[in-house]
Amino acid sequence: MLTGTIIYALINSVILCLIAMGFNLTFGISGVANFAYGAFYILSAYTTWIMINSFHLPYFLSVIFSIIFTMVLGALMYQVVLKRVRGQAISEVIATFAIGLSILELFRYLGFVGFEYNLPPFIDASIVIMGTYVDVQRIIIVIAGIILIMALWFFTHNTSLGLAFRGIAQDERTALTFGIDSDKIATLAVSIGAGFAAIAATVIIPLGTISPSDGYDILMKALAVCIIGGLGSTGGVIFASFLIGFAERFTDTFIGSHWTMIVSLAALLIVLIVKPSGLFGKQKELEERI
Amino acid sequence: MKKRKERIDRGIKARSGDIFALSSYREMIYLSTPRLVPIIGFLILPLILGIYWQKVLLSVAVFALLAISWDILAQTGMVSLGQALFFGVGAYITGALNHYWGVPPFISIPIATIMGGIICTLMLLPVLRLRGIYFSMVTMIIPLMLVRVIEATKIFGGTEGLTGMTPLPSRWVEVYLVIGIMLICLFGFRRMLDSDYGLVLRGICDNDRSVTNAGINIYWYKTQALFIASSIGAFAGAVMTHVYMFVGMPVFALDYSMFPIAAVVVGGPGTLAGATLGACLLVPLSEALRGFGGLRIVFYGIFLVVFTVAIPEGIFPYIQRKYNQFERWVEVDK
Repeated sequence: MLTGTIIYALINSVILCLIAMGFNLTFGISGVANFAYGAFYILSAYTTWIMINSFHLPYFLSVIFSIIFTMVLGALMYQVVLKRVRGQAISEVIATFAIGLSILELFRYLGFVGFEYNLPPFIDASIVIMGTYVDVQRIIIVIAGIILIMALWFFTHNTSLGLAFRGIAQDERTALTFGIDSDKIATLAVSIGAGFAAIAATVIIPLGTISPSDGYDILMKALAVCIIGGLGSTGGVIFASFLIGFAERFTDTFIGSHWTMIVSLAALLIVLIVKPSGLFGKQKELEERI
Repeated sequence: MKKRKERIDRGIKARSGDIFALSSYREMIYLSTPRLVPIIGFLILPLILGIYWQKVLLSVAVFALLAISWDILAQTGMVSLGQALFFGVGAYITGALNHYWGVPPFISIPIATIMGGIICTLMLLPVLRLRGIYFSMVTMIIPLMLVRVIEATKIFGGTEGLTGMTPLPSRWVEVYLVIGIMLICLFGFRRMLDSDYGLVLRGICDNDRSVTNAGINIYWYKTQALFIASSIGAFAGAVMTHVYMFVGMPVFALDYSMFPIAAVVVGGPGTLAGATLGACLLVPLSEALRGFGGLRIVFYGIFLVVFTVAIPEGIFPYIQRKYNQFERWVEVDK
């Protein structure tokens, strides 16, 4: 039982990490609040589903299409809406949250709820690891997660574009003096973040069904992981997702499934009160409190 | 030829604004109309509306109270994403008092108002030092967490909630109690925000460090503002508990957090009148859209986006400007 719990906790942690990656890129690293993140995640899953079932495209093409579609939508959202309220954190949050709300509730209204709305797993099989059955899809999630984490780390630390992303989060005006076009970078940040959401949805959704209410959970989880880990810190996000992932699985097994959400929310609350920039966050320690 | 719009105060505004000797009925009417229209409107409407729209008016007043409470907090630089916390705590206090000890509504509502204010203030006291988006996130998380705690520990009836509250004596009492308190809050706190005390509160929003420099303890002021706002919210929750005769997990729902924000965004922040106006527009609109089912949340999301992006000042400042000033196009000097 313990090994099983540990294995599933590991997988859960990678899932959390995958979910949080895109949000971390937009909100944590480049400082653009995209509270429509959960909606983008669900939207891309539905796009893939529609492409497969209504247009009968092959799975692979549908996935590519939905990732590109979500990215374009993200960029569009920045250009049309976010650009006009940039810098006013609360307006950004309200506007993007309202967009997310509209997308999710639209899907609910159109009747996209039920067991038939799911995506097929890549490989429908399961293997035994140390006496525990694990399906191959979960293994794929772990591999995808590791690749994405490494890609993100490399991107934010070694490419000039990634450094520009971190620059506008640290100090937008100074970034401007270095010739970083903050609007362009922010558009890219929202767009790539949405793309990450789409990739995460593609690998994670086959484990269950697509449902609009998951969108809110995804947003909460992403927020929790990013804040506990520390805004702008990729390592912190990984650490936080393992922290929450293990805590969730262990409370689920040993205390009760009702308590899983409470544990992560309580962790979030404590971190916000004690160290709002997160366990590993170094930025903006001065600005977040008085 | 380039032109620009020039705005100049109307003569009547200049005459009646500065000099406190009103010389004509026109000036008196000019000054009193904006105050009397909402008062008389709210007092007369319950008499002419049917039972259904009376209920709508009741929820207009409740959401207006929540929006006023949000606006007071926002004026002090604390943007809350969880008005449901205040609403829910007030609702549960009065619910528990009435359910377990049979306390009559006219005692349990005031107790819930004060106790709710104290409890919410104590709950948020540790995060008063946070600013901006961090404070918002904490307020967003606490109601979500309380829901889960109630679900997991099964206190206060767990998922089923508590039923069988004593209703208020009649529907007239319900409507006029809420409307009366709402009007008192609207005009009273509007006056408060214009006083020196309100100036300090708004100063904290604009630049907290310079208020600190002036030798003012901003945490004490923030605590007071928080207490005022959470008491208003708790009152709204307490009254609604006795109206529905039920208290349960829905009192912490997202609606009670998002709707007041939407009302303030639509009506215009800063003037509590804007918050009230927003509630007056949004609640009947959402009732009218009830036929669309889930689609009305979509409308209301789009509405929110359009208002935050295109008309960030809101409707009330626009009306105020038209009432106080006239506009004309003038040529731009070379």
